[in-house]
Amino acid sequence: MSLFHEMTKKPWLVDPVGAEGVQEVGAFFLPHGKVGLRVFLVVVTVIFTLMTIAYADRMLFANWLPMPEPWVLWLNTALLIVSGIAMQVARNGAQQDNISGVRDGLVWAGVLTVAFLTGQLYVWQQMVDLGYYANTNTANAFFYLLTAIHGLHMAGGLVAWWRSFSRMWRGASVTDIRLSVELCTTYWHYLLLIWLVLFALLLLS
Amino acid sequence: MSNGMLEETQVVPLAEIEEVDLYHAHHWITKYVFSQDAKIIAIQYSATAILIGLVGLVLSWLMRLQLGFPEVFDFIDAESYYQYVTMHGMIMVIYLLTALFLGGFGNYLIPLMVGARDMVFPYMNMLSYWVYLIAVLVLTASFFVPGGASGAGWTLYPPQAISEGTPGIDGGIILMLVSLVLFIIGFTMGGLNYVVTVLQARARGMTLMRMPLTVWGIFVATILALLAFPALFVAGVMMLLDRVLGTSFFMPEMIVQGEMTSHENGSPLLFQHLFWFFGHPEVYIVALPAFGVVSDIISTHARKNIFGYRMMVWAIVAIGGLSFIVWAHHMYVSGMNPYFGFFFATTTLIIAVPTALKMYNWVLTLWKGNIHLTIPMLFCVAFILTFLNGGITGLFLGNVIVDIPLSDTMFVVAHFHMVMGIAPVLVIFAAIYHWFPKMSGRMLHEGWGQFHFWITFLGSYLIYFPMHYLGFIGVPRRYFEIGETSFIPPSAATLNEFITVVVLIVGFAQVVFIANIIISIFKGKPAGDNPWNATSLEWQTATTPPGHGNFGDELPVVYRWAYAYSVPGVEADFVPQNMPPDEVKRTDTATGAVADDPPELHQ
Amino acid sequence: MVLAIVLVLIAVGSVIFHFWSPWWFTPIASNWGSMDDAINITFAITGVAYVAIILFMAYCIYKYRYREDRRADYEPENSKLEWWLTWVTAAGVVGLLTPGLIAWNEFVTVPEDATEFEVVGSQWEWKYRLPGKDGKLGTSSIKLISDDNPFGLNPKDPNSKDDILIEGEDLHLPLNKPIKMLLRSVDVLHDFYVPQFRAKMDLVPGMVTFFWLTTTRTGTFDILCAELCGVGHHAMRGQVVVDDTAAFQKWLGGQKSFATLYPKGAAGTQQAAESDAEIKTVLTANNQNNEEGK
Repeated sequence: MSLFHEMTKKPWLVDPVGAEGVQEVGAFFLPHGKVGLRVFLVVVTVIFTLMTIAYADRMLFANWLPMPEPWVLWLNTALLIVSGIAMQVARNGAQQDNISGVRDGLVWAGVLTVAFLTGQLYVWQQMVDLGYYANTNTANAFFYLLTAIHGLHMAGGLVAWWRSFSRMWRGASVTDIRLSVELCTTYWHYLLLIWLVLFALLLLS
Repeated sequence: MSNGMLEETQVVPLAEIEEVDLYHAHHWITKYVFSQDAKIIAIQYSATAILIGLVGLVLSWLMRLQLGFPEVFDFIDAESYYQYVTMHGMIMVIYLLTALFLGGFGNYLIPLMVGARDMVFPYMNMLSYWVYLIAVLVLTASFFVPGGASGAGWTLYPPQAISEGTPGIDGGIILMLVSLVLFIIGFTMGGLNYVVTVLQARARGMTLMRMPLTVWGIFVATILALLAFPALFVAGVMMLLDRVLGTSFFMPEMIVQGEMTSHENGSPLLFQHLFWFFGHPEVYIVALPAFGVVSDIISTHARKNIFGYRMMVWAIVAIGGLSFIVWAHHMYVSGMNPYFGFFFATTTLIIAVPTALKMYNWVLTLWKGNIHLTIPMLFCVAFILTFLNGGITGLFLGNVIVDIPLSDTMFVVAHFHMVMGIAPVLVIFAAIYHWFPKMSGRMLHEGWGQFHFWITFLGSYLIYFPMHYLGFIGVPRRYFEIGETSFIPPSAATLNEFITVVVLIVGFAQVVFIANIIISIFKGKPAGDNPWNATSLEWQTATTPPGHGNFGDELPVVYRWAYAYSVPGVEADFVPQNMPPDEVKRTDTATGAVADDPPELHQ
Repeated sequence: MVLAIVLVLIAVGSVIFHFWSPWWFTPIASNWGSMDDAINITFAITGVAYVAIILFMAYCIYKYRYREDRRADYEPENSKLEWWLTWVTAAGVVGLLTPGLIAWNEFVTVPEDATEFEVVGSQWEWKYRLPGKDGKLGTSSIKLISDDNPFGLNPKDPNSKDDILIEGEDLHLPLNKPIKMLLRSVDVLHDFYVPQFRAKMDLVPGMVTFFWLTTTRTGTFDILCAELCGVGHHAMRGQVVVDDTAAFQKWLGGQKSFATLYPKGAAGTQQAAESDAEIKTVLTANNQNNEEGK
């Protein structure tokens, strides 16, 4: 309960800790980027949680016709998992000052993520061809909604990925891009986790 | 932040504390237009918010003209009236109040008050403003599309928000939803900045409990907004799909103009839950920064420390937390399970306790103070009274059984205008009169300020206090015209005329205020660095207005809290937060002998 | 000084306005006097707090106005005072909440012997349905609505045939009888609002919502819509007449049933195209939503 302890201090009294009443502050010993990303992931979590709650609530109403789960979704899931592994490779490379590891990891992660997004679009195409339009049943609508919001987050991740990638391409040192590679990796893992939860939700209902 | 960590901090060499990478602009475009300096962004945010707020103000005049003098103005028909209602509400709540408190005051005050050079992600901060501007432009565009702006009421309840019989279902509602989604994206970029800056970029010595309450208020409000806006985001996107793709998230089957719609089994109540899960915290997103600002201004101008600082911080945090479990008190008559009423009435009334404590502490700060009745102080006193009034009527509406007869009447309109319309706006005025000297280096004109204050304060009380009683009679809200009824006496129409006249007077008094700002920027009395003799860091900058990087060559070091006013044994009646203890001039040398441990700063 | 006087005037003026202004509740016509009582209790408790805080503030502003020779007190906090204020406020809140929740419990508990009346809202008119001799309302579904069956009643439900339909006329209610108002909308949200009854509730498409009341005096009252429902919202009016038992029975005797008014709809012939199965799902859906409303 350190925060609790901090918040019960009487600030008008001289704090015995700092020699002149001066202390270093900064709530977390982390770079700003990492703190910012964590806060952002909380926001992302709220978005997906609320959609999941809406999904669960809406399922209770009549005429809920579940969608089929095309096998391509399994393939896409595999692609996303491997891209997460590639990101991890890039991250390990960044921490060990191994520029070739970073390069291989980043290239593969990017390619696989683009493949994942293409695969998701392919699934949409397949669904539309089979007549599962968004307006025919709310189960379909939720499928499109959840995959679209997740896909947009992935696409946003690709923008960040592109920034690290292009800097590396132009010859930036590992130290320069270490933080952004680490941030990308965290983001990729988190979105993978969200995808797994969403996929499970779609499979189970 | 455990004890252990605090000890650890002493051995961390200064170099390892991350400095913000300051962006140095070299061209006037990057300096003043696409600027990454939080102070410029703050001014851009404020100017945009005030401009769109003036549009909202004009809309309110049009509404009041219709209510006060029905059938006099031919250009106002039912359709345009409901469009005014909708756009007025949305503009004021989101695009004025939220943007101004967080984007405007947050950007200007957070870095200065915590002793940082700038926000931690300046580039994202700049994007935040430009996305906000686009959101405002998209919203404004909705006035000009075929069918006009949405007339669904600011709550945008489905099904009527997107079905026949409501104005603006073609372009208006689509642009409105797109604009909201953009606003949320833009806000999130800014919000990450505010939170991380407060957490990570405070000056040495600025512990959490030494932060001015303004920072606490904006900080907690930003966290609320980051957690609450996603609900509006999700609801907005889903409704957009319902409208554009014909999905049925919120749209049940219904018969519109004799035709069965293609929607099936959607849940209008789901939207209401999502909307108010955002909508109630939104009240506190506006109120908490106002609470903070009022605390600081009262303390400064009463030359007395804020009474019960710790209780004030805890109350802000408690109110913030509780605000997420009260949302359904907006839905007592919505047809939801009536047993929810027990829970939500209880939580809602519990939230009154920390709010009342803040009220008491403001008044107790005045008690035994040495009160300068400056313009900012006048507005703060007006805020206390107005917010007290609005808070009390909140106790009426939060108590489920009392809400039933009063909900959807003019009582509700009067209540929320008092509590989150007038009260926060009075704080905005207080804040502008208080910080304008820092932003421009010049004082606002005192006489015009008095004029502006008295008209605004008394006028708004005369508008909204009697309006509650229209609600008691049973006059419903959102009525284009009351028409013939058996229960509304003719005197109610007279009251409506009176209210309209006062609205116009108060509205035009704001012109004086705007003129005062514009003229004072060029001709105001020079203010000096610290015209109010305030303690917090923004008044201790090297230059006024603060330059790039805020604090000159060296960041300030903080030795004490922001409320060292009238400390016994100290000569001046204020001790700036960054004044080293050995520079503090004492009146009593005998007790001030030990420089390291100034006893006068003990209780 | 001026500010202190103005604050006192506002406090005193507000109280005077409260007691002497001509604007107050319309005389009540239902059993929900507890709502008026709750409002009066709230006024008493909060009014005292309101006036006390304003007067204390006015006193402080006058007494502690700026003087060059004075210095403000230095008192960071006073735990004892703050706790005391917390408990007083909490006591006030309990005082507001207790009668409120007791009355709410009554509001959500519909008496067993309440007669069901149905209100159907559409843009921008009210229609009503009363149970026939069997005392029961038949099931309904929005999907069954047609020119021959404007209420969407289920022709296969024996209870629906004798349901009494009121269109384009005033609703009549019996005096001193508990009544459960079932509320149904065929398009957007509406809200059945009679100021003299105090109680009101939204009509939500896809659900059947409800509230209950006992009428306490005869008379004719306005029905208004209290939930924004489009451009005609303000014009969505109706009237309700509360009759004593004899007058009510007489009026009821003159009304016509579903089978009489819409023989084709009641026979169910227009559903020939639709399969029984489909109608069945529709009705189940409707009943499910019914449950949710309850």
